[in-house]
Amino acid sequence: MHSMREIPTMPPTRNYELDLAHIRTQFPILCREVYGNSLVYLDNAASMQKPLKVIKAISDCYSNYYSNIHRGVHLLSTLSTAAYERARKIVQLFINASSMQEIIFTSGTTESINLVASSLGGSTVKAGDEVVITGMEHHSNIVPWQVLCERTGAVLRVVPFNYRGELIIHEYERLLESGRVKLVAFVHTSNALGTINPVKILVEIAHARDIPVLVDGAQAIAHSAVDVRELDCDFYAFSGHKIYGPSGVGVLYGKRALLEAMPPYQVGGDMIKIVTFEKTQYAELPNKFEAGTPNIAGVIGLGVALEWLQNIGIEIIKAHEQTLLEYTTDQLSRVPGLNILGTACEKAPLVAFTMKGIHPHDIGTILDREGIAIRAGHQCAQPTMERYGVPAMARVSFAIYNRHEEIDALVKTLFKIKELFK
Amino acid sequence: MNDLRDLYQEVILDHNKRPRNFRIISQPTHKADGINPLCGDQVSVYLDIREGVIKDIAFQGAGCAISSASASLMTELLKGKDVNEVEYLFNSFHSVVTTDCDCPKGLGKLSVLAGIRDYPSRIKCATLAWHAMRAALERS
Ligand SMILES: Cc1ncc(COP(=O)(O)O)c(C=O)c1O
Repeated sequence: MHSMREIPTMPPTRNYELDLAHIRTQFPILCREVYGNSLVYLDNAASMQKPLKVIKAISDCYSNYYSNIHRGVHLLSTLSTAAYERARKIVQLFINASSMQEIIFTSGTTESINLVASSLGGSTVKAGDEVVITGMEHHSNIVPWQVLCERTGAVLRVVPFNYRGELIIHEYERLLESGRVKLVAFVHTSNALGTINPVKILVEIAHARDIPVLVDGAQAIAHSAVDVRELDCDFYAFSGHKIYGPSGVGVLYGKRALLEAMPPYQVGGDMIKIVTFEKTQYAELPNKFEAGTPNIAGVIGLGVALEWLQNIGIEIIKAHEQTLLEYTTDQLSRVPGLNILGTACEKAPLVAFTMKGIHPHDIGTILDREGIAIRAGHQCAQPTMERYGVPAMARVSFAIYNRHEEIDALVKTLFKIKELFK
Repeated sequence: MNDLRDLYQEVILDHNKRPRNFRIISQPTHKADGINPLCGDQVSVYLDIREGVIKDIAFQGAGCAISSASASLMTELLKGKDVNEVEYLFNSFHSVVTTDCDCPKGLGKLSVLAGIRDYPSRIKCATLAWHAMRAALERS
């Protein structure tokens, strides 16, 4: 009998220019082995690996000019401040914000969302009001709103999605009709299903009712161009570590008028103009929202990561990753008993799946022994798991350095797993 | 793939596929739930203890092969045992899956889970049902 495994596969053809081998040499970690096998890193949605340029920039900061920022008269402080503010400029241009004042550095997406929930939410949301999120949010875009609602007596409303993993837009519109919605927050790209939401349309619908919108861009920022003015969202949050940059640093973009009206989120040093024991006058944007000494080298590293990415070009990255996505979707469909979860028309380069009778953890452990790193679990999106009636999923997710041979290795091992558990 | 056979031995694959005592005891004398927040695995353990003896023990829940097999093997081992023996068996099992000790006596087939010690990220899967069982006894 002809086994499925023996059907030869055709590598995808590329219609874009990309020196993948050269890109891979820029990632030192890709040379390492895992249990005697070459590392196949397919857990990029959890965190991406870092190019040498970023690693060196961080090391260069600590080795050659590190100091605290915004407060020293000495040379090192001037240099560090300049590098830090240069990174802010890079971020501003990267997402096409109107000004540097609209770029707040945080510790990551989670803190960016908490900042808005606590500052804007805390000052505008009252008992009986409503906050709208969607059913496909990461826990970090659920819990801050839940806590806000508990604290204020507001109500959290959830936009449902269909079986493909697409938001049901008319349900969204219906929820906004109540007249009590004070804030809308949703994910640009779902980390569990890969769905890319129609941000611009969702924003327009909310703005027609004067409701501000926060977009969780953690999974979108590294995979396609983000233009916050084009999207017209009021806030956009993302993390450095999911875009080839360091962990512990992230961004909150906010429209200036909103940020100016919002009370500070944390208070202390670096965010004040004048302090007396009677009254404190807060600093101007963006410092108002950056209390305390920030992750200086991390911010600088993030700036370099964005420059590195721009050098390759986001359109090339997108083309390559979409080719990988298509190839993976095709190849995984050949594995009997494998079910892909999340089949939206517009998808980011990630594929979540389950295998009949085999728990994702067992899949993850066995792949790991072959050097293949994937995510197995609830992906910090338990409500999404519930929607599909599964406790957990396996997920592979891509970055610019992935190759179709790695997907072949994945599929080959999945067949072995089927064999083991038959 | 070969060293994986050390972890996914036939006994484990078999208990995963056909877990023993996988049911609810409708009026248990003891019951507790265990949850692994990392992965969302969840197990409920039911016991029927009379005159210090585990007359019946069963479990329900969704988990990976390691946690299902471990729960299933645990129920087989503990059924009919004196409750006073449980603490010893718990500790024996714990050291089997976390240390390089030789397998202590009395664990029977459960010693097939010894391979888990080479998979630190999976030890919690193997011990989930045991922790739930102990919580059930403590809760009485
Ligand atoms: C969609 C989404 N939102 C938010 C987050 C949280 O990001 P961080 O942990 O960097 O704060 C993640 C990370 O997994 C994510 O995928």
